[in-house]
Parts: sequence; structure tokens; C-alpha cells
Amino acid sequence: MSDTLNLFMRAAFVENMALSFFLGMCMFLAVSKRVETAFGLGIAVWVVQTITVPVNNLIYNAILKEHALAWAGLPDVDLSFLALISFIGVIAAMVQILEMVLDRYFPALFHALGIFLPLVTVNCAILGGSLFMVERSYRFGESVVYGVGTGFGWALAITALAAIRERLKYSDIPEGLQGAGITFIVAGLMSLSLITFSGIKIG
Amino acid sequence: MTSRRTRALLDPVVEANPITLQILGVCSALAVTKTLATALVMSAAVIAVLTLSNASVSVLRHHMPRHVRLIVEITIVASLVITTDQIIKAFAYELSKQLSVFVGLIVTNCIIIGRAEAFAMKNPVHLSVLDGLGNGLGYAAVLVIVGATRELFGVGTLLGLEILPSAAEGGWYQPVTLMLLPPSAFFIIGFLIWGLRMWKPTQIEQPDYRIRPSTITESVR
Repeated sequence: MSDTLNLFMRAAFVENMALSFFLGMCMFLAVSKRVETAFGLGIAVWVVQTITVPVNNLIYNAILKEHALAWAGLPDVDLSFLALISFIGVIAAMVQILEMVLDRYFPALFHALGIFLPLVTVNCAILGGSLFMVERSYRFGESVVYGVGTGFGWALAITALAAIRERLKYSDIPEGLQGAGITFIVAGLMSLSLITFSGIKIG
Repeated sequence: MTSRRTRALLDPVVEANPITLQILGVCSALAVTKTLATALVMSAAVIAVLTLSNASVSVLRHHMPRHVRLIVEITIVASLVITTDQIIKAFAYELSKQLSVFVGLIVTNCIIIGRAEAFAMKNPVHLSVLDGLGNGLGYAAVLVIVGATRELFGVGTLLGLEILPSAAEGGWYQPVTLMLLPPSAFFIIGFLIWGLRMWKPTQIEQPDYRIRPSTITESVR
């Protein structure tokens, strides 16, 4: 149990996708002007991340990994170079399916997330999560926790940044820093504050 | 025509830099800049992928149905990235370990799809190649500046060669460890944008609200 909790804390805070690995930055900076939209996007990323990391884990371990095709009588085949293209395919497909399911069964949520869902496909945090999962050879259970954790961390980070930027609108910022510049510096300060989590270990 | 070519090549380097003005492809720009060597390899990879993907998309632009163009573009980019990744693994294995997942993440780097959509879909091949090369160079310029700053002040070396002798080895320079941590990348790019916009004031963004000058008169103070 404490292992699971530790992995979750690590994925969500210590190795926060947005603020320590800089993943999903384009969106992180572009869609963080208002809290509501940022929150909607955060939830969309969280949901997609929670689904895609475990699914990609299954695909990688059952088909792509070296010696993984032994069950099909092909023990010498190593398809791991196909990981990238299969992951992006899985992510695109998952987003599409999620979109259809939400549209059919949860129309309210679908309209709330609407425009963000397709955008999530090209969010590097999603692909990054799957690639890190491979690099660190997580088992299936770990990959579920990792997906939930990283998605949560990303959602938290973008909501917090949006809240800060809403306040920033009324402040007197030097001309050249307005817009992009100050956002980078705010993100830097947030990332600095996340470093304080790095020593935490539970159990 | 020549001027159009030069502009396609040189504009993205300073006037419309993908990172500082268009805010595209920031993820990797921040993550791989701990040392100059990784920044250089990453820049080379992005320049190669961007130029080739712009070229291929431009060649195929009249043959792609509009509905599936994103899938086609992603497939082109993913194939190019896999090739690049394998080449880096074959010739610079140590660096590929340091670059970790970030070479793979070029697939979702917004610069690549952004330029394919915005430029290569509408322009002939030679211009698209120049545009890809130019944007790649603009990206590389920022990466090299950030990478050099972080390595020089964080460790006191450049490309592994000692420039500022560090205090730990009997020199005088006390390395700034913060430079090696993630926040410094944000700060450097933030200040870089500030500097660039002071130099080119047309790039300044207008604020949503103007702060009015203080109305308190001297006598009240």
C-alpha cells in the first residue's frame, strides 16, 4: 500500500509532468488564461492519461517488447521500435472513443470538455507518460497508479497556474514581460515550490 | 522571389521565433537544456525532422483528403522521429540515455505539426523546406542559449570542457546548483523573452487591462 502511495506522490508532485518534466507545456501556457477552461482541460487530460498509460502498458508488454511475441510462436521478434507509433495511435483512438462515449452517455460533461478532448491527443504529457512507463518498466498495477498520479498532477498544475494568471491580469507588469514572459517566470516559481516535495516518503 | 525565400528561412529565427513568439515546442526546449551537448543533439534532431516533415507534407499536400490529413501528418512525423531516434541510439548511445523520452516526444512537439499545418499545407516544396529549416534554427538558437547558460553557470563547463574552475576542484567558481534544477529553465526563457521583446518592441503583447497612472496628487502625499 505504501508503495502505491509513494508512486502516486512521486508521479503527482515530485515528478510533476508540467513543472518538473515540462510536458504538455504548449497547452499549459496557452489554455491557462481562465480557471474554468483550465480545469476542464485538466480533467480531460487526467481521464485520458488514466486510460492510455495502462492500455499502452498492456500493448507494450503483450506485443511490442522483445520476446513478447513468444505466445504467438515468434520468440525472436523485437518490435519495440514501433512503440512510438502504436502509442500515438492508441492515444488518438482512445480520445476518439472517449469522445463518443461521453457524447452518448454524459452529454453535460461532453459539452463541458468538448473542444479540449481532441486537443489532448497532441499533449506531450500523455505520450510522455506512456514513454516513461516503458523506460521505467512499470508493471500493469504500477502503470495504473502512474497514469492516475501524473494526470492528477498535471490538472492541479494547470488549474493553479490559471488561478494565478487571473490575478495577474490586474497587475502592473513591465512591457516586455506581459503575456508569455511573466507566465514563464510564474511557472518557474511554481516549479521551485514543487521541489520542496522531493524529500517526501510515506511509510 | 529570392526575398521570399530568405524570409521563409530567416524570419523564424528572430522575428517570429517558434519558442519565444509563437510559444510552440516549449516542452523539450525546457527539458533537454541541462547541458549544451544534449541541447545540440536535440536541436539537430528537431531540425532534421522539421525539414523533412515539411518537405513530405508539402509534396503530398494535393493528395491528402482534408479529413484524414492530421493522421497522415502524424504518421509522417512519427516515422521520421523513429528513424531519428534509432540513429541517435546507434551513434550517440550515452546522449540518447540523457535525452530519455524527449526524442520520442518530438512527435507531439507542436512546432512540427504547427508548421506542417500552417505552412507546408499551403506552400510549394522549396519554400516549405526553407521554412522548416528556419524554424528549426530558431528553435536551436533558443536551446543553445539556454543550454549554454545552464551548463556554464550550473557546472562551470561548456560541452564538458572546464571554463570556470569550480570551487570543489580548487578553482574560484561556486556553481549555482539552481541552474541544474527545472525552475531555472523557466526563468531563463522568461528573461530571454523579455530581452527579445525589449529589442523588438513589435512583439510585445497588449495587456487585458491598462493600469491607470496614479491620481494621487503631490499635496496629498
